[in-house]
Amino acid sequence: MTVLGALSSLARPAPATPRDRPVLRERGQREVFCGLTGIVWLHRKIQDAFFLVVGSRTCAHLIQSAAGVMVFAEPRFATAIMEERDLAGLADTNEELDRVVDQLLARRPDIRMLFLVGSCPSEVIKLDLSRAAQRLSTRYAPALRVINYSGSGIETTFTQGEDACLAALVPEAPQAPANAPPSLLVVGTLPDIVEDQFRRLFSALGIASVDFFPPRRSGEIAPIGPNTRFLLAQPFLGDTAQRLASRGAKRLPAVFPFGAEGSTAWFKAAADAWGIADDHFQRVIAPPRDRARRALERYRTALQGKSVFFFPDSQMEPSLARFLARELGMRPIEVGTPYLNKDLVARELEQIPEAVISEGQDVDRQLERCRAARPDLVVCGLGLANPLEAEGMTTKWSIELVFSPVHGFDQAGDLAALFARPLARRDLLRV
Amino acid sequence: MKLTVWTYEGPPHVGAMRVATAMQGVHYVLHAPQGDTYADLLFTMIERRDHRPPVTYTTFQARDLGGDTAELFKTAVRDAYERFKPEAMIVGASCTAELIQDDPGGLARAIALPIPVIPLDLPSYQKKENWGAAETFYQMVRTLAPGDAQPRPAPDATRRPRCNILGPTALGFRHRDDLVEITRLLQRLGVDVAVTAPLGASPADLRRLPQADFNVVLYPEIAGTAAAWLERTHGQPSVRTIPIGVGATRDFIREVAEIAGIDPAPVLAESAGRLPWWSRSVDSNYLTNKRVFIFGDATHAIAAARVAAEELGFEVVGLGAYNREFAREVRAAAAKYGVEALITDDYLEVERVIAELQPELVLGTQMERHIAKRLRISCAVISAPAHVQDFPARYSPQMGFEGANVLFDTWVHPLVMGLEEHLLAMFRDDFEFNDAAGASHLGAGAASASPPAPAAAPDAAAVASVIAWSDEAQAELAKIPFFVRGKARRNTEQFAASRGIALVHLETLYDARSHFAR
Ligand code: SF4
Repeated sequence: MTVLGALSSLARPAPATPRDRPVLRERGQREVFCGLTGIVWLHRKIQDAFFLVVGSRTCAHLIQSAAGVMVFAEPRFATAIMEERDLAGLADTNEELDRVVDQLLARRPDIRMLFLVGSCPSEVIKLDLSRAAQRLSTRYAPALRVINYSGSGIETTFTQGEDACLAALVPEAPQAPANAPPSLLVVGTLPDIVEDQFRRLFSALGIASVDFFPPRRSGEIAPIGPNTRFLLAQPFLGDTAQRLASRGAKRLPAVFPFGAEGSTAWFKAAADAWGIADDHFQRVIAPPRDRARRALERYRTALQGKSVFFFPDSQMEPSLARFLARELGMRPIEVGTPYLNKDLVARELEQIPEAVISEGQDVDRQLERCRAARPDLVVCGLGLANPLEAEGMTTKWSIELVFSPVHGFDQAGDLAALFARPLARRDLLRV
Repeated sequence: MKLTVWTYEGPPHVGAMRVATAMQGVHYVLHAPQGDTYADLLFTMIERRDHRPPVTYTTFQARDLGGDTAELFKTAVRDAYERFKPEAMIVGASCTAELIQDDPGGLARAIALPIPVIPLDLPSYQKKENWGAAETFYQMVRTLAPGDAQPRPAPDATRRPRCNILGPTALGFRHRDDLVEITRLLQRLGVDVAVTAPLGASPADLRRLPQADFNVVLYPEIAGTAAAWLERTHGQPSVRTIPIGVGATRDFIREVAEIAGIDPAPVLAESAGRLPWWSRSVDSNYLTNKRVFIFGDATHAIAAARVAAEELGFEVVGLGAYNREFAREVRAAAAKYGVEALITDDYLEVERVIAELQPELVLGTQMERHIAKRLRISCAVISAPAHVQDFPARYSPQMGFEGANVLFDTWVHPLVMGLEEHLLAMFRDDFEFNDAAGASHLGAGAASASPPAPAAAPDAAAVASVIAWSDEAQAELAKIPFFVRGKARRNTEQFAASRGIALVHLETLYDARSHFAR
């Protein structure tokens, strides 16, 4: 056995308690994006924010490539690429950063919030971006707020970048007074159309005060206080949840709103916290839930009984596996996730009893397991998809699950379609 | 520190990956954090490769930094050797690992694998992708075909001249098809191709490089350094003409023939493809003096300028390249067309210049395609950085006579489609037509009613000057067919500026027209 192999969980089994099932922990080559990738969707959401990565050419190239080469004409993100002079101490990095920010703001005077995003190089040379953010905030107040977080690959994996960003945004929220009426905060970047659907449903349930985090505009961050209850819309927001809790907000535990069941349970968590009568809840939820069920029915035949293997990517894997198993009858074989936050996904794990849960990655070993298992569908990243297809497997690119609207009742069918399409296509093709 | 929105080139280790991925039997162990594995998708998605690139990343994390990242690297080298059994290995660091200074070369040497292990020193904070590819290829050639390699048999009458083709890599702009085209051409000339590298070559093939009589350098950005070294060390001359376009292909044939000591006349007498006649055919008359802006890697940009000027009768109004290493060559070429070379890797600067020049056609990279789309200028792509569209299913070389046919089609097509837009403009008042319909070649999303124009993006109209237009003059300008509209606007504003007129009226527009008609 190789040294990396020896580090894997086979040698260090996780303690198995009833709630805490064995997890295959692996340490080897990881085939995942870093947290910078989150900028691709975050910058679309907060419309007056700009994301400035302080990093290397690699970082700039990553974001450009992950975004699918230049979809957006003039994006609200850029990279301050560090050069030899910055590293050799020939240039004062702080002065350089100020100059770049000046240059940026001259081009984009419409920007109200600037994120300085740390990268591996900036972390390794210990560039203090939090101090830089403070300095720049003071300098540009009140027109601009400057906030920093790290999306570096040595600390964050893919969606953890959003977690780091939102966690950094929590202190920016105004304090809600202790006697404020109860309010609901939905946490996690959702497409506008999904937010609007959710808002309508909450309002029909009788929850009037609903805010979304992050907001569409940086000036619209909802106040947070002891009477704030929050629902996570994404399973990868552990740090954000902790920060919110430290400001007195209370998390409403629930499975995540994927599929008809998942969405029902998620809304139910809020309804219960607001003391909404069950018959009213059923009346409001029934129409969209039935719509979602009908939409899912269309894909059930295609997916029922099919096995699925998840490579780690977004931390959404346990939730998606639960959705596929419970609502479409699929059989998860391995559910890989870059990081397992058991607190947040405990309820999901209970509902996928058969699957191997793996955390971290040793990609070559995982590929061997995948080949041996011959699953009907492999959910994996863009680097692995075509090579696996060429080996005769059917794959679904995981990144689409992050980039497309998949939450809630009205997207349940679309979510199922993402998994059904590759299989349907394989049946269709005669070449 | 440099503010960068989009980059033309990736970091140098991506260049090294392009070489490793192109080859057989080579494995690359890269000391890098997990996010750097994004580079795999360039090959598996953009180029649609059916294998993962032969790269192992150490994917060290923050918690490893306090510990032993060097040990992690050594483990990765041993594991990669065990698993992939390569004939040769290259090892190096990405930008982050460069900062932690683990010395991948020294660590790998200490393991003493039974294969050549070639350390790469690619300074990430100074150099870029093309340089990284060139350096990697050079280091591999040097290591595998050293100066004391077996001497080459002297050419004699019993064997045909023999050359190597150097430069094609993975993720190269049309390298796949150029290679086929040029290999065929060399065969027709009676020259054998010994080794093609890096694309398709194994380390054993690189060892055979010195056996050929000369080298054909198709992509100097990648093979220039190695070819110069082979010339110095093994006395192999290089063919340096880039066979893009009819004239350059003919020059290439002559240069090969001279170095190989053969007669080019029979091949030169054969057909040079369809471009010469297509270009002379009367329907091409309207191409005369079309104003074209050219930008890309230096090699493709310089070659495109010659084809544009000499073979399509365009007017080259701008010429530039993003790779500074070849600035001298680009400046020399630009001087020929009486324009100033634009040497920059700043996308915003290129955008500004295009907006200012208002060409009728842009020949550029995928970046310029986006700029042109926004400015509503016709565009064709001539150079990397490559995009999924640059890997067509059909045979589509840029080089050789077939390549020239392809250039004619791909450059003229957007202009023809532009004429369709002109027809739309002519019928704009017809109830079935309106400007908002847009031109079909710009795609469904390009309706002219609301082109995406963020606050700071220079609009073609706004950049050039501060001269204002009256509504009446503006309306009249809109009646002018789009393909001369830019020129009319520019001339009018220039005329107005020269007369100190700040606001263009209807009169000014027609005064200017008569002024320039003289
Ligand atoms: S992994 Fe690190 S160096 Fe690589 S792109 Fe991400 S932040 Fe930049």
